[in-house]
Amino acid sequence: MDSRRTSRAVIDPKVRQVGFFTNTPPPPDRSQSGPLAPIRSPPLADSPSPGNSLSPVMIPPPRHPSDTLLPRRPPSPSLDSDFFPPPSPTTTTSFGDFYDDVAVSPRARGSSGRGNSGKLQGASSFPGGGFEMPSVVKGASSVPASGLTTVSVVNLPPGISENAGGSVSLEGPNERNVSSKPLKEKTTKAERRALQEAQREAKAAAKAERSKAVVAPAANAKPAKAAKPASQKNDNAVGGDRPQEKDRKKDIPHPRMQYDDKSRVQKLKKRSVVKPTEARNIVELFRHLPQYEHGTQLPDLQSKFFQLDTVHPAVYKVGLQYLSGDICGGNARCIAMLQAFLEAIKDYSTPPEKTLSRDLTAKISSYVSFLIECRPLSISMGNAIRFLKGRIAKMPITLSESEAKAILQSDIDRFINEKIIVADKVIVKHAVTKIRDGDVLLTYGSSTAVEMILLHAHELGKQFRVVIVDSRPKLEGKLLLRRLVGKGLSCTYTHINAISYIMHEVTRVFLGASSILSNGTVYSRVGTACVAMVAHAFHVPVLVCCEAYKFHERVQLDSICSNELGDPDAISKVAGREDLNNFDGLDKSENLQLLNLTYDATPSDYVSMVITDYGMIPPTSVPVIVREYGRGHLWI
Amino acid sequence: MPDTQALVNDFLTKLKKRKIEGSQATARQTAELLRSVISQQRVPYNNQAGALIDAVKAVGEQLIAASPVELAVGNIVRRVLHIIREEDLTLATAGIAGLNLSAVSDDEDDNDRDGNSALSAAAVAAAARSTLRPPSLQTLLEDTPDYAAVPQTSSSGGDSEGKSKSADKSSRSRKLKHDIIEAVNELIQDIATCHEQIAEQAVEHIHQNEVILTLGSSRTVLEFLCAAKEKKRSFRVFVAEGAPRYQGHLLAKDLVARGLQTTLITDSAVFAMISRVNMVIVGAHAVMANGGVIAPVGMNMVALAAQKHAVPFVVLAGSHKLCPLYPHNPEVLLNELRSPSELLDFGEFSDCMDFGSRSGSPLLHVVNPTFDYVPPKLVSLFITDTGGHNPSYMYRLIADYYSADDLVVQRRPTTGN
Repeated sequence: MDSRRTSRAVIDPKVRQVGFFTNTPPPPDRSQSGPLAPIRSPPLADSPSPGNSLSPVMIPPPRHPSDTLLPRRPPSPSLDSDFFPPPSPTTTTSFGDFYDDVAVSPRARGSSGRGNSGKLQGASSFPGGGFEMPSVVKGASSVPASGLTTVSVVNLPPGISENAGGSVSLEGPNERNVSSKPLKEKTTKAERRALQEAQREAKAAAKAERSKAVVAPAANAKPAKAAKPASQKNDNAVGGDRPQEKDRKKDIPHPRMQYDDKSRVQKLKKRSVVKPTEARNIVELFRHLPQYEHGTQLPDLQSKFFQLDTVHPAVYKVGLQYLSGDICGGNARCIAMLQAFLEAIKDYSTPPEKTLSRDLTAKISSYVSFLIECRPLSISMGNAIRFLKGRIAKMPITLSESEAKAILQSDIDRFINEKIIVADKVIVKHAVTKIRDGDVLLTYGSSTAVEMILLHAHELGKQFRVVIVDSRPKLEGKLLLRRLVGKGLSCTYTHINAISYIMHEVTRVFLGASSILSNGTVYSRVGTACVAMVAHAFHVPVLVCCEAYKFHERVQLDSICSNELGDPDAISKVAGREDLNNFDGLDKSENLQLLNLTYDATPSDYVSMVITDYGMIPPTSVPVIVREYGRGHLWI
Repeated sequence: MPDTQALVNDFLTKLKKRKIEGSQATARQTAELLRSVISQQRVPYNNQAGALIDAVKAVGEQLIAASPVELAVGNIVRRVLHIIREEDLTLATAGIAGLNLSAVSDDEDDNDRDGNSALSAAAVAAAARSTLRPPSLQTLLEDTPDYAAVPQTSSSGGDSEGKSKSADKSSRSRKLKHDIIEAVNELIQDIATCHEQIAEQAVEHIHQNEVILTLGSSRTVLEFLCAAKEKKRSFRVFVAEGAPRYQGHLLAKDLVARGLQTTLITDSAVFAMISRVNMVIVGAHAVMANGGVIAPVGMNMVALAAQKHAVPFVVLAGSHKLCPLYPHNPEVLLNELRSPSELLDFGEFSDCMDFGSRSGSPLLHVVNPTFDYVPPKLVSLFITDTGGHNPSYMYRLIADYYSADDLVVQRRPTTGN
């Protein structure tokens, strides 16, 4: 437990929103948290060890502090150290100061009123939110001289509260700034001014991502009264602002939201724009996934086009394209989304009294939630969004709006270029070395990376044959077949059931992937697992081509826990086989369910090699890539 | 026999045009055709069985050639041949038994009959062993030799008997034919009812709340599942649709109509779903003697997925699907490529076709096989109308239905007397 690690936890939650999700205590705890706080904190704060002295800040009251503290802290170092470069000197010093204020924190307990006032805000969103306030205030007042220390104090609470509260939101840290506002009211006016100036400077210097601009005017507006009333007043003022803030935060469904959780689904529904009709017969196993009737939302949404001012038209267009299936494929969806965001950022202007980083993050979040309503995010899109939000959050507040926008736009362009376009070129370069003359290459469905590999190999004059395996309901292979045959490649086309027939003559299997998870599982178009399995049984090497930005650190063993359900009607209707479309009369039958899975998970033992932009690796090395090249240095 | 020839030709064209779907229908129609062939066949006084065998073989050869992958045809031809031999043997046995009773008094008569009598006694014993009566320890001790020679002698045995017992020749010939037709009728009956007998075993294999996966459509599977449902077992069925014929849709529809919880999935989702499946129950096109299964296309994939997840892979097969041949390269030799139009619409890629004209071979091939071969190691259990069997036992089970002489259905040039 050295100081550096905890201080980095401050930055961490913004990126790793998933990991702390489970820490969110149930709602009843929240109401309790306030009253309990003052009672609990004294003994804790008295304890001399720094680890324990943190506890009033971090721990939800119902649990015993020393028990909860220790288990909770280990994750942060292990996670953080992977993703972040060595800490800057400012953050380190900041922590040293944090110890100071913690040591003084017992004084904060005395004013339970303040504790409550803090709680008013904090408790509304995080259970732990209420407790960090007093201690922070004390810290601020006790060490008013140095600008750096105050920054550190202001900086730290967001991270910690984030840890304790386990916010679902992607914009938690910004949120914390709002709640930390009242703190400043407790100092004298002069002190506060000096403090704010110092804060600003320190912020800019330390490249702290938190924005103080909102805080500053609000704080300045307050008269320098006695600390308590002022803080309460401010509370109310901010309280009026909060519901929106909270709403927006919750707007985004958790990436792995379980749709069998009734209450959450209800909440989500209230907010959703798309208002899809739910499918009638959901397969029991997949109750945790959203399944909607397709085709009903599209006209509805189109008619809403002019009413939805919250969603940027470019984003709206992309959303509709997702919904109608015009854009599909991991890369295409990701690029379309990023370009829509690019447009949105271009047209963005910060509303008065708001900061770019906060407001834009919220905007992006609302766009994302709109897109999720149209179609669940792919993992690659999640990674891209995470990247973009990280960039926005890291934006120095000293930058003017136009500068910040320009930087963000170039960041997005760079992401599209480096992570997708150039990455594909590198993959092609690697993969072509694995194609020899006389090879018979099998591919499944339609993958852009594989298509580029095949075309490139053909351009190089290699003599090979391609077997395209396809499956219902999307029949994407047909499109690939047309493109390849158009380019003069010799192709064999068949359906997935014939895979064991055709596998005898195949020498290599090239597969695309939607994502590769850190246990080596390849998450890809449904059917990929079958192809890989049969290839494995016939001792044919399986090469998975996947850009590294699609790697994800989560793990999955089967295809059921997390998946996407497609349109069930696509199953019952077979194109060109009218004689088979005979479920019309049975549609209402309870007994018939149609399951249209979109993805499946291929176990890593079927994969011989993963070709990625960092080279050709065995599937066991995927976690290494995630760890070493994950968001750490490359994305920041 | 012009009328039988017309029937045969009719059936041949049907087979060649693949008008007959499913091994059960093929088997039944083959058996019916052979029955009419037998009944129309004029039998000579001598060697009636031989004449019948010849006639059946002649027709059978044509039938098999008309549709080599429809193994049920060959199976039924062999079964009918086997029946003829069996009936002939039982008649001979009865004759000899009667003869022996009468011949106890005078030994000379016994002696001046050619050396065949000992041989035919052996044949009787062998027949007794191979047919209904289980071998007693007595017979095992007495005549162990000549087991291999039995099939050859059986036809000549009829010959010798024909010579010796000219008195009731006509009645015997009528009796032989009558018996054979009776037996073939039984066979037809068996084919028609085999799924009932298989379905009876359903309760032993399907339990409450199980999840069962099947692919394509099979009447046997449908009856099997419904039989379990009737026994108040509630379970859930995943049906893979079985592209490109999509017979799974038909099965799903039937299952729903009978009130089973059915989920229709794409074939590609088989691997994703199999981890939640308790048992895979499928039908077969044919079961080879080594325990391998010729099944609708896609089955090997399902079997591999089942093996990966240690899910029992159960094959339901009526006895007419048991084929006495051992497969060699069955994926290719016992397969049939269907029309590409099931995958690509006619003319869909016509604009791309002329790309290949330069090199002489077209750029685009479409492969649409009908069957898949599932090796015996992937099969957990066979359920036939006689019960459940291991794949390794199938050769023995099959040996009960066929005589080793008929494995190659080809007329030998020497068969005519």
